[in-house]
Amino acid sequence: MTISNMWVVLEAADDGFTPTSLELLSHARTIANTVSGVTWGAGAAFAAQAGEYGATTLYTVDVPTNSLPGAAVAAAIAGATLPDLILIPTSYDGRDIAGRLSARLKRPVLTNATNLNAEGHTEHPIFGGTQLVDAHFTTSGIGIVVVRAKSFTATPSGGAPAATTALSVPDLGRRGESSITNRHVEERTGPKLEEAAVVVAGGRGIGEATGFAIVEEIASLLNGAAGASRAIVDAGWVPYSLQVGQTGKTVKPAVYIACGISGATQHMVGMKGSKTIIAINKDPDAPIFQIADLGIVGDVKTVLPALAAVLRARS
Amino acid sequence: MNIVVCAKQIPDPSAPQSLDANHNLNRSGKLLLDEADTYGVEMALQLCEASGGEVIVVSMGDATDLTGLRTALAMGAARAIVVSDPILRGADALDTALVLSAVISSVAPDLVLTATESSDGYTGTVPAQIAELLGWPSVTFAKSLSIAGNQVNVSRQSEAGFDEVSVSLPAVVSVTAGVVEPRYASFKGIMAAKSKSVEVKTLSEIGVALVGGQAINSVTDAPSRQAGEKFVDDGSAADKIVAFLESVKAL
Ligand SMILES: Cc1cc2nc3c(=O)[nH]c(=O)nc-3n(C[C@H](O)[C@H](O)[C@H](O)COP(=O)(O)OP(=O)(O)OC[C@H]3O[C@@H](n4cnc5c(N)ncnc54)[C@H](O)[C@@H]3O)c2cc1C
Ligand SMILES: Nc1ncnc2c1ncn2[C@@H]1O[C@H](COP(=O)(O)O)[C@@H](O)[C@H]1O
Repeated sequence: MTISNMWVVLEAADDGFTPTSLELLSHARTIANTVSGVTWGAGAAFAAQAGEYGATTLYTVDVPTNSLPGAAVAAAIAGATLPDLILIPTSYDGRDIAGRLSARLKRPVLTNATNLNAEGHTEHPIFGGTQLVDAHFTTSGIGIVVVRAKSFTATPSGGAPAATTALSVPDLGRRGESSITNRHVEERTGPKLEEAAVVVAGGRGIGEATGFAIVEEIASLLNGAAGASRAIVDAGWVPYSLQVGQTGKTVKPAVYIACGISGATQHMVGMKGSKTIIAINKDPDAPIFQIADLGIVGDVKTVLPALAAVLRARS
Repeated sequence: MNIVVCAKQIPDPSAPQSLDANHNLNRSGKLLLDEADTYGVEMALQLCEASGGEVIVVSMGDATDLTGLRTALAMGAARAIVVSDPILRGADALDTALVLSAVISSVAPDLVLTATESSDGYTGTVPAQIAELLGWPSVTFAKSLSIAGNQVNVSRQSEAGFDEVSVSLPAVVSVTAGVVEPRYASFKGIMAAKSKSVEVKTLSEIGVALVGGQAINSVTDAPSRQAGEKFVDDGSAADKIVAFLESVKAL
């Protein structure tokens, strides 16, 4: 397929678009002649940033403040003059938009992509990232591709602010019905997990919920962020926002320290792009050691306190 | 209140996974209930136990083995409908949603529960696709869920924490692990499941036209990471880690 006109779904965070949104915009620029963004809510205020990362137009969708955006954004896009391809970040709302858009247009959607080339071929890691699938659309019409975080690097193009144009939302019937009655924000100190240069992650090997305190302390001593395997998220020891892996966050820090994590494929797919990996595990055959630059066969209950002591003494 | 739970049968996820010549996941052998769907089954059972009504499991996929669906029935679901057709092998998310939503329409439940993503396909788009095709609202990523009259109230994961969201019924809700603790099937449940109905339907019986439109060109090995040094801790682990952190300028 020829991709000359490309759209990117841009999700707003507090002070700009999310890192993944900007990564997709940066990549879109390398492929298409014309790149536009689609956003809603607070995103309408970020036309300057959309332009700075390569969008010439920022399409805005009017989503009621207390509604989930999926149905309205999908319907607004579906009703517009469609681009050749649309990139959507892998996120809660991104997946809703992608699913609804695909169903509305009866167009297939490629998900979990980590690359897209100028011919419209996408790349998808499978089996914990040990194999790569190369896929493409076989019928004409818009390509819908949902891309994982950290697949590309966000680089500004220095473009002028994007021109803002509103997309109209057709009558959604019951589809758009939802009301957000309350928003809860979890407290966080230090850098964001996805952006930290050092990630210290705990798994079931930390033994119990209170075992996570030392993981957090080491993360903070290294100016990094704490992460977790799904096992301890499911156990309720830490919030879901800390989960690294297939169903959690993708991280690519300079150093990832896996503490008491076995290295299941679904965990590894979220962290194997780290520049360097340190693993501490008492099982010498734990799969995590296969990708660790430094492997420590040992007990986290002794290694972590010792490490924290050395780091405390230096700080 | 009747609830449809979309549940997938998948090959044992702890066994090595492989692709066949058509790049489809090898699905020979036992097909288990996707663990991700056990939460939806349990949630539905608890809601129906509180308000009456039945839990109907809807699935698409090979019906050569029904172990997974029997597990859901043994947990307490009333019956199961599975659409199985050779043409559906390797069906993508949209075709899956077209098939599932057609079956759901015929059942006309008050609520549809799914997992947030399947363990073998993990597209994570099927729930929203089903909702769009049915013309219903949806709430994805529920970490808790309750029903009050004609409303379903959900705590939905968000980037910052979670949001409280309500929609009216009928609706589609995708639930995360942790929404409830799935029960183990009792002996009585396992015995009862043997006589519960599992209706197997072909694609033409439900009258759905597939869309298709995507294909795999190739599957290649990813560049693998080399393991580095491995030490058995002799008391010097902390120093080794610090030296490593210094060498990569993280300290
Ligand atoms: C669809 C699907 C999606 C998934 N998504 C994710 C995901 O996003 N992220 C994720 O992490 N997982 C995910 N999983 C779960 C994944 O398969 C594993 O179950 C999970 O990663 C295991 O977590 P763990 O390594 O902490 O626990 P375990 O596998 O139980 O490993 C614990 C490790 O700790 C070691 N250990 C025990 N005690 C000590 C000690 N005192 N000192 C040192 N080491 C010790 C053990 O040797 C063991 O290796 C997913 C699974 C499915 C099916
Ligand atoms: N073939 C299927 N049969 C039944 N339910 C399915 C099927 N595919 C997907 N689902 C449901 O939709 C959820 C999300 O799937 P997916 O979009 O493939 O990640 C799954 O966890 C199931 O609850």
